[in-house]
Amino acid sequence: MFAGDQNGLQGDPRLKAISEAIRVVPHFPKPGIMFQDITTLLLDHKAFKDTVDIFVDRYRDMGISVVAGVEARGFMFGPSIALAIGAKFVPLRKPRKLPGEVISEAYVLEYGTDCLEMHVGAVQPGERALVIDDLVATGGTLSAAIRLLERAGAQVVECACVVGLREVKGQHGLNGKPLYILVEPRQQINCSAPPVNGVETCRHDDLILGGNFGSPVNTTSKSD
Amino acid sequence: MMHRALIFSSLNPIYSQLSTTKASPDSAVFPKRDGAWIGPPPVFRLQNYKRTLLPPLCVASDSVANQPKMASQDEQDPRISKISSAIRVIPNFPKPGIMFQDITTLLLDTKAFRDTIDLFVERYGGKDISVVAGIEARGFIFGPPIALAIGAKFVPMRKPNKLPGEVISEEYSLEYGTDKMEMHVGAVQAGERALIIDDLIATGGTLCAAIKLLERIGAHVVECACVIELPELKGRERLGDKPLFVLVSST
Repeated sequence: MFAGDQNGLQGDPRLKAISEAIRVVPHFPKPGIMFQDITTLLLDHKAFKDTVDIFVDRYRDMGISVVAGVEARGFMFGPSIALAIGAKFVPLRKPRKLPGEVISEAYVLEYGTDCLEMHVGAVQPGERALVIDDLVATGGTLSAAIRLLERAGAQVVECACVVGLREVKGQHGLNGKPLYILVEPRQQINCSAPPVNGVETCRHDDLILGGNFGSPVNTTSKSD
Repeated sequence: MMHRALIFSSLNPIYSQLSTTKASPDSAVFPKRDGAWIGPPPVFRLQNYKRTLLPPLCVASDSVANQPKMASQDEQDPRISKISSAIRVIPNFPKPGIMFQDITTLLLDTKAFRDTIDLFVERYGGKDISVVAGIEARGFIFGPPIALAIGAKFVPMRKPNKLPGEVISEEYSLEYGTDKMEMHVGAVQAGERALIIDDLIATGGTLCAAIKLLERIGAHVVECACVIELPELKGRERLGDKPLFVLVSST
């Protein structure tokens, strides 16, 4: 579900500011991909703080004891949320980064597979968990994250992302887990907006609300 | 349950008198070879240890002095020992002989993680720092909460080809070969006051690259801050005139 759909956050100006603070970089990492660059959001202290606050307001009373963040951009949002709601933070990492004993979960990429790992013992059975990442595209990474947590006996309450499409395309469907998204991906069109902090952003109204995202090429891509 | 232990520096007077037979039976992290322990002796809990014999954990260290100040027990923040004991040591990772300082167990201890951030925020809040630069990837865990608390922006310093926009790069040496660190053009302006954060300083190579990147665009690096220092690797000296602040010093 989208944050802006809900009572209390409809028309919330914070969501518009968050969306506008995200820079779109065309053709990265490859042609046809409109990369949603959240690093510009991190440069805007108010928008970054609002991002964390919106998640914290949603999750603080849900009895969540684990926030699992997906490497690497999930690390930029997850710990602040965890600290604010009194949960522990668990990094979910690419292979061979975590030093201790791990459990691994493979997931499918456009070409080939990749793997997500979590430390054994980080999560106890019965714990309620939140998965956080900056963006959801096909949902493959989030699905792997959910499987890891469930294998450890945790209950995944929700997956939360800053950016995502209204419909998670692809087969994964997040194993039936709910998905909470703040803003949709944008497409850079005739951006003539002045740079913010010296960085180009698109600040005019080019929000795409639902539906076809434009070209037949997959325009949102997940890479870490 | 995570195995929590006190980690003692080899300079600790108690430590040098200890025999290895005090090891707890399940301290498999410190295997023996030929009857001798590999790496530091086993970690274990001491009952009633004398407060004056705590390891030399320093709250604030000045690189000009070239030695961390030896904080007496009265000066050491009481939160430090819990932070130190929440860090897990994994031997022989990523390769034999390396005693890896694993901060993921610190992140599981909500109070100790909170205290870690608070110690940095208490030091850097109100110091007109507008940039917190965090080094991939564990710097991304500590940097943003600090940045948010002190009103600064967060800038990720990344491995090559991760940042999507225009970048500036700085090459740095590894034990074998080189690596590269990148920062987005325009993320930081000339004259801004910056803090660099990472989980650990070893040789200081990565931090030096980060300092160079920030200075190249005209920022002023106020300090480098890490949770852990490995003083034997002399990273502090490598930073030159740039101050280093660490919470835990581990040998």
